Order: sequence, then structure tokens, then C-alpha cells
Amino acid sequence: MSAANAVAAILVIGLTMYAVFGGADFGAGFWSLLARGERDRRPRELIDWAIGPVWEANHVWLIFVLVYLWTGFSAAFEAIFSTLFIPLSLAALSIVLRGSGFAFQHTARRAGGRALATLAFGLASVLTPFFLGTVVGAIAGGRVPTGNAAGDPVTSWVNTLSLVTGTLFIATGAYLAAVFLVSDARRAGAPDLERYFVRRALVAAFATGALAAAGLVALHADAPVVFDGLKGDGLPLVILSAACGIAVLVLLYRGARRGTRVLAAGAVAAVVWGWGVAQHPYLLPPTLTIDDAAAPSATLTGLLIVFGVAVVVVLPALGLLFTLVQRNLVEEMPAPAQGGAAQ
Amino acid sequence: MLILASNLAAARGQMAFTLGFHIILASLGVALPAMMLIANYRGLRHDDADALKLARRWSQAVAVTFAVGAVTGTVLSFEFGLLWPAFTGRFGQVFGVLFAIEGIFFFLEAIFIAVYIFGWKYLSPWAHFWSGVPVAITGLGGAFSVVAVNSWMNQPQGYSPSTGDVTSVEPWKVIFNPAVPYEVPHMILAAYLVTGFLVASIYATGMLRGRRDRIHRLGLLIPLTVACIATPIQFAVGDSAARAIAKDQPIKFAAMECVQQTSTDVTEYLGGRCTSSGIKGGIGIPGLDSFLVGWSTSTQVTGLDSVPPDDRPPANTMLHLSFDAMVGICSALIVLALWLGVVWWRRRDFPQSRWFLRATALSGVASVVALECGWIVTEVGRQPWIVYNVMRTSDAVTQANGVWVTFALIVVLYVGLGATLIIALRTMSRRWRSNDAEEEVPYGPDTSPPPTVAATSR
Repeated sequence: MSAANAVAAILVIGLTMYAVFGGADFGAGFWSLLARGERDRRPRELIDWAIGPVWEANHVWLIFVLVYLWTGFSAAFEAIFSTLFIPLSLAALSIVLRGSGFAFQHTARRAGGRALATLAFGLASVLTPFFLGTVVGAIAGGRVPTGNAAGDPVTSWVNTLSLVTGTLFIATGAYLAAVFLVSDARRAGAPDLERYFVRRALVAAFATGALAAAGLVALHADAPVVFDGLKGDGLPLVILSAACGIAVLVLLYRGARRGTRVLAAGAVAAVVWGWGVAQHPYLLPPTLTIDDAAAPSATLTGLLIVFGVAVVVVLPALGLLFTLVQRNLVEEMPAPAQGGAAQ
Repeated sequence: MLILASNLAAARGQMAFTLGFHIILASLGVALPAMMLIANYRGLRHDDADALKLARRWSQAVAVTFAVGAVTGTVLSFEFGLLWPAFTGRFGQVFGVLFAIEGIFFFLEAIFIAVYIFGWKYLSPWAHFWSGVPVAITGLGGAFSVVAVNSWMNQPQGYSPSTGDVTSVEPWKVIFNPAVPYEVPHMILAAYLVTGFLVASIYATGMLRGRRDRIHRLGLLIPLTVACIATPIQFAVGDSAARAIAKDQPIKFAAMECVQQTSTDVTEYLGGRCTSSGIKGGIGIPGLDSFLVGWSTSTQVTGLDSVPPDDRPPANTMLHLSFDAMVGICSALIVLALWLGVVWWRRRDFPQSRWFLRATALSGVASVVALECGWIVTEVGRQPWIVYNVMRTSDAVTQANGVWVTFALIVVLYVGLGATLIIALRTMSRRWRSNDAEEEVPYGPDTSPPPTVAATSR
């Protein structure tokens, strides 16, 4: 594998992490937005408990992707961020709104302020993945030419493929979050919340599947390069994704919870990799290839070394943290369903 | 052309605003963990419960400011493309590895902040202390990486060809560019100085309101000592930085000092208004500028007239006054440091007068002003270049329309974000005062469970 391809693969790894972990975060915000009435107070509490004081650490993955993109493939970064100025600005603004909303939700004294913060958090959780999805749709659809704002500022991302992809991103996050929340509800010992989120996971799964199918139709019409790639080299991954998705449905339906989270994450990861494989060797179809856009070799080597160091250094640190977190989980299980939350 | 010109103004405004906001949080992220560790060490070493309490509180403040800093940092990474696509499109492959390195430091800092906060409960006291040390170290590493990129913009090297598409890069030359030795220490010291005075000023305000318990005294003394040690060092580093800039970036230096014509025996002006015919008002000290640059009044100082008007920085008066304000504030803070030092030497205690507390209470804001002034000097002073003598800022800016709109929205949202942060910190501090209950903080274990990483690992 050439150094350029290796860096491109690292980019896809980063995108996968962001899609799964960031997606689940956004999805949790989506469900908290829908669960607004008094009747839905407990699900909302479960969501709060599940997201916990995480805040915006998942943006590490996004920053990682941006840095590797602009360093490894500067020309592609320039093209994407200038042509897609509007959706990317809106995504950045939504990220600020989300951070602000989430922080305030936990510190606001008055109910009114808290409700407003929750609303901001929920809305931003829907808008961010939507705009990022339109960006992916624009790239796949070949609407991002190289150069400084060389593409159309509006139609590049306001088109069927982009809008379907944006909606698909929301649905994917909602699906992931619902599957994760089923397990959280179980851990919290709340069978009613478990049923609540199983229903929603099933709905979200069907919505995601339908949107994915619509996305394929749009790709066929709009993005021949990617569509052909999905029919060709990407096909095994598409099948894998569908298989994981169906397995989750079956498991949820039968009430067996073990493995649902891994399978749901696998379904999403397989789609991301399917897209990457389908688009290969193009970074910006139909013209800019990975090799065209690649940085000089010393830079690519630097990126690969840094990635290697990151794996060696960061993983043990994460392991240490995970051990502490597990100990915390074992020692105390403060969940909304235990006693207090029923009032 | 008019639209483009206004696009450039909007992009520069947005960048200045978001960076000016982030630089405060970044400074806290670099230096507050060190204060926390000093308090922690003192607590363990001298069995000092108050110091431990401070360390715990500061660790919560670290978590909150770090989380907000992560958001404003994300915005900055977007802005590399949203505002300066042609800059990143051409040079991202040159300076980008530094940001990749910064990414590791950032990730590790996030992880170890969480470990440290969980560690209050689950680690033995000394193991817990050591789990916090990486937070301070990664903060330094992150500061190095980011400031090295800015240094590279001031002293670009390590790539070729010099015009057109970059085809080869020498990463070590990029990373250790000539501006690194003075710019990086200057920024790191600034972070320690600002954080120290800022934290001390909060406790000084509390003491002025009559809260004179031991927690407040320690909370004032630890950060103030750090800041007072950093300040004279900063003065020396800044002085040598100014001399290096006079050599490396003579036009920036000429703008800082309002030197119109290249000449010897140049007068140093404090204050005043820059005009094309020279400085109006201000206090002039004949020959001092030349002396400061080369230890002799016969040293030649490059003037603005050495380059065409298009290559000179804008807003000379603001630049000159920013530079003077930064140096002036640093000098005043040295007086504060001497005050503390002399009284401590004679009485083993800090000055008890209300004037000392008032001065300390003011030092926080003053040091932030100095920080922002320094940033103005280095950034506006480099204009009209985004990469010194290589790429003009006007050639780097996005051709997309609508930057004024995003600038306006960013200002509104950041006001909200800033207010949120201050309210969150104040709420925490009120709860600390009313009881010692542990707080729910980002990355913390208490009321609810896992940080991201738990979510990511399950």
C-alpha cells in the first residue's frame, strides 16, 4: 500500500470512529429533542445519565480527520471547505451551540433556562450531522471541484443526494443511540425504558434502511463513480452492513440484547468503509485522486509516524481510564430508574 | 474587488475574535493543571487538607475550561478551511504534521484529565498525583506544537519550491523554524503568567469581600507565586524576542515602534500616535530604540520606508499601543512581584494591605489584556502576509461569500458560550462555599457515569 493510500485509510478510520461515537452522541440528542413532554421525563433522564458528563470529547475524532485531511491532502481540504462554506459553517456553529446547550443544561438553575438549553442541545444534535451529511453527499456526487470556492455554493449541497445523505446521518445516529440506550436502560434496571428504546431502535432501523435505499437510488442517478464502486469492490461491505443491521433487528425483536451494540456499530462502520472503498482511488470524484492530492512523501511519512505513536501511547492511556470507569460503574449505579426516578 | 476586500476584513475579524477567545482558554488549559498539581503536592507532602481541597476544586475548573476549549478549538480547525482555504490548500502539507502531533497531546490531555478526576476516588494519593503530571506535560507539548505553526508563519522554511505547488517538505526544518526559540517560550510563560494572576485575582477579590480563611490565602498564594516567578523571566524572554523580531521580521518591529525611516540613533517612543511623518505625542527617549536593538545608539533600525506601502502592516497606532501596553503591564506586574517578594522575604507572609489585594485583583484582567495585546502584535504585525514574505492574507482568504454572516453568528454564539462558562464556574464556586459536595463535571465520575471513553468502549 502506498503511503498516500495508508493515510487515506487512516482518514477512514477517523471517520468511522466519529460516525460511531459521535453519531451515537448526536442520536442521544435527537431522542432528547423528541422526548420533551412530562410523559417522557424518564427517558430524558436516562439519556442525560447515559451521555453523562461526556461533553464534547468526541470532537477529537473530527479534529483528527480535519488535520489529517488538510495535511495529507491539502488540495482536497481547500476544495471541500471553500465550496461547501455554507453547510460546514453551519455545522461548526451547531457544534458551538451544542457545547453551550449541554453545559448550560447542567448548570442552569431555573427550569426555563434549562429547557432552552436542552432545546438548543437537541436541535444542534440534529443539525450538525445533517450538515456534515450534505457535505459527504456533495463529495460523493462529484460537486466539489478543486480550487478556492470553485463549485456552486448552494446547489453543491442542496440536491437530492446531499439531502438524503444528511437525513441518513441523522437517522443513523438515532439508530445507534437507541440501540445503545436499550443496553443502558437494562443496566439501569428499567424494563419500561428498555421497551421504550427498543421500539425506537426498531423504527430508526427501518428509517435508516429506507434512507439508505433512497441514497442508493440517488447515487445511481447522481454519483456513478461511487455507485459503481458500491456494486463492485464495495459490495461485500454493503452486504456486511445490511447483515449486521438485520441481525440487530432480529436480536432486538427477540429480546436478546447481547451483541446488539457491537453489531449496530459494525453496520455503521461497514457503510463508512464501503463508501471509502467505492470511491477509491478518488478523493473528490470524478477528478481528484488520492495520489493527485497527496502531500510530499516526508509529510505522509510524518503523518504515519504520528499515527503509530498515537496508537502506542493513547491506547494504554485509554485502557487505564477505562479500568477506572469500570470500577466506578461497578461501585455505584446511580440511574434514574432506581427508586428516586419513579416519583 | 470591494466584495473581496470586505470578505478579507470579515475573515480577519472572525479569526481574530475566535482566536482571541480561544487563547484565554488555551492558556488555562496549559497552566491551570500545574497549579492544581502544586496544590496537590503540597497537600500530600505537608498533610495539608486545605491544599488538597484546592487541588480538587481546580481539577474541576480544569475539566470545565478544557471542555469549552475543545469546542472553540474545533471551530478553529474548521476555520483553517472556512476562512483560509488557499493558505491551508498550499501549506497544510507543510505545517500540518505539527497539528497531528498536537492531536496526540490533546487526546492524552483529555484522557489524563479524566483519569485524574476519577482518580480522586480510585487511586492511592501519590498514584493520583502522578496521574495528573501528564496533564501538565501534554499541555506544554500541545502549546509547543500550535505555537510552532504560528512561528513557521512568521519564519517560513523547510519546503520547496518557493513558489507554486509544494513538492518537497523537510519536517524538522518546519518544526524547529527560527521563530520557535523565542515565540514558544514567550507563549508558554504567558500562559503561566495569565493563569497565575487570573486565579490569584479571583481569591484576592474574595479576600477583599472579607473571606480571609486559609483556603483563600492558599488559593491566592500558590498561583500568585507561580505568576510572580514567571513575570520577570517573561520580561527577559520578551525583550530577546523583540530583538530577534528586529532582525527576522524588521517590518513588524518597525510597525511596533513606529519607525518610519531606516536610520541609526532611533528614538524610542512610549505611547503616541503613528503617522506617515512620524510619531505624534508620546514620550520620546532619544537613541533608546537603537540601543535596545543592538546595545548601541549607532545601531541601524529598519524603517517602514524600506518596503513599498502595500507591504506594510495596517493600523500602526494600534500595533504600537498594543506593544506598549503589553510591555507596560508586564512592568507593572514585575512591581507587584517585587512587592510580594520583598514582604515575603522579610515576614514570611504576603502583604496584608488592601492595596496589595486590590492590585492582585486587578492583575488577572491586566494579564489577559497583555496576552491579547501580544497576540495583536504578532498577528497584525505580520500583515499583509499570512506567511511572512511568501503569501498574502488577501490571497489566502476564501472566495466564498457570507463570511460577515458567519462572523456575526459566531460572535452571538461565543457570547453565549462565554456566559455559560462563567456561570458554570460561578455556580461551582458558590457550591464550594456552601458545602463541599462533589460536583458533576465533564469527565467526572460522580453523579453519573462514564466519560466518552466509556461510551466508546462498551
